[in-house]
Amino acid sequence: MSEDKNKQVSRRQFLNYTLTGVGGFMAAGMLAPMVRFAIDPVLQPEAGGDFVSAEIAEEDITTEPQRVTFKVEQVDAWYESTVEKVAWVYKQEDGSIIALDPTCTHLGCIVGWDSNEDHPDHFYCPCHGGLYTKDGVNVPNTPPTAPLSVYEQKIENGILYLGKSIPREEA
Amino acid sequence: MLQKIYDWIDERVDITPIWRDIADHEVPEHVNPAHHFSAFVYCFGGLTFFVTVIQILSGMFLTMYYVPDIENAWNSVFYLQQEVAHGQIVRGMHHWGASVVIVMLFLHTLRVFFQGAYKKPRELNWIVGVLLFFVMLALGLTGYLLPWDNKALFATEVTLQIAESVPFIGEDLKILLAGDPHIVGAQTLTRFFAIHVFFLPAALFVLMAVHFIMIRRQGISGPL
Repeated sequence: MSEDKNKQVSRRQFLNYTLTGVGGFMAAGMLAPMVRFAIDPVLQPEAGGDFVSAEIAEEDITTEPQRVTFKVEQVDAWYESTVEKVAWVYKQEDGSIIALDPTCTHLGCIVGWDSNEDHPDHFYCPCHGGLYTKDGVNVPNTPPTAPLSVYEQKIENGILYLGKSIPREEA
Repeated sequence: MLQKIYDWIDERVDITPIWRDIADHEVPEHVNPAHHFSAFVYCFGGLTFFVTVIQILSGMFLTMYYVPDIENAWNSVFYLQQEVAHGQIVRGMHHWGASVVIVMLFLHTLRVFFQGAYKKPRELNWIVGVLLFFVMLALGLTGYLLPWDNKALFATEVTLQIAESVPFIGEDLKILLAGDPHIVGAQTLTRFFAIHVFFLPAALFVLMAVHFIMIRRQGISGPL
């Protein structure tokens, strides 16, 4: 008994450990639901994008970028609405269609094609002067660090359908 | 009568020492503008606290009308400013105070910096002060969205893009703030409201208490 007395857990230590354990368990039981509640949006699976009609016929798409608007049913938690989105659509040299998302990759302003006199035949961002070439690639030494995103697209019955906006890697 | 009430309470809970600890201190000569006018630089910390009190009070009253809902937020702000008596003043106090408090905070920081008042043993209080500065900036940032007008919306779009540019956790951080990977909408507004009105003020109160207790413990820094 007297030999290993030092190794024994004293009554006070035992109570300290027990109370800390119970207290920690209660604190965790209280905080866990709250934390899970707060981070729920981060853990939501990414919703698959549906294709919607851009209401433009394939033969109307030229090699010159055209501003096309299309409507998306947007579900924002308890708020459902129809949102108008914009795409710049044209035929590339190989004849394939590309639909660029005009959201500037710098800080999210909306770029326009050929919209600034000083920068003809470029996508120009009015906020900080970001520039993109016709294929949506950012011009070096302007603020954006990545090319414009591209909408998923397909042709059905001769009509253009657009889907999710897919970011592109830095060129 | 008032003295009797005070004595009655003091006899039971001994509040005189509390009052002495909080407020009954002589202002050192080098801090008193009555002695040296240049000592006005010591006022900025107190002014920051004063404006913070105005912000807390005016913010409390603003929530009597404001609703953090995308359909009604703008309308509620418009209503409280245009229709409610003195609404323009109360919102004006909160609006301008938000800028003034940053200015005062900055002047206070400059004074502490150029007087070297952050040096040992006051390094910890400098750190707490910097945290207070971050909390105050975050309050300004989250409050900016609440009127839900175009300026607020696009400022927040930019904010979220900045958050997204953080390495590795940027994407998750953005969703955590906005409540949705792509939409700045209903969930963003409620989140910013909760952060602005509950989470950040809680952090602010704790940090301010630590800040002030440390001033009491360590005393004001000596003359230059």
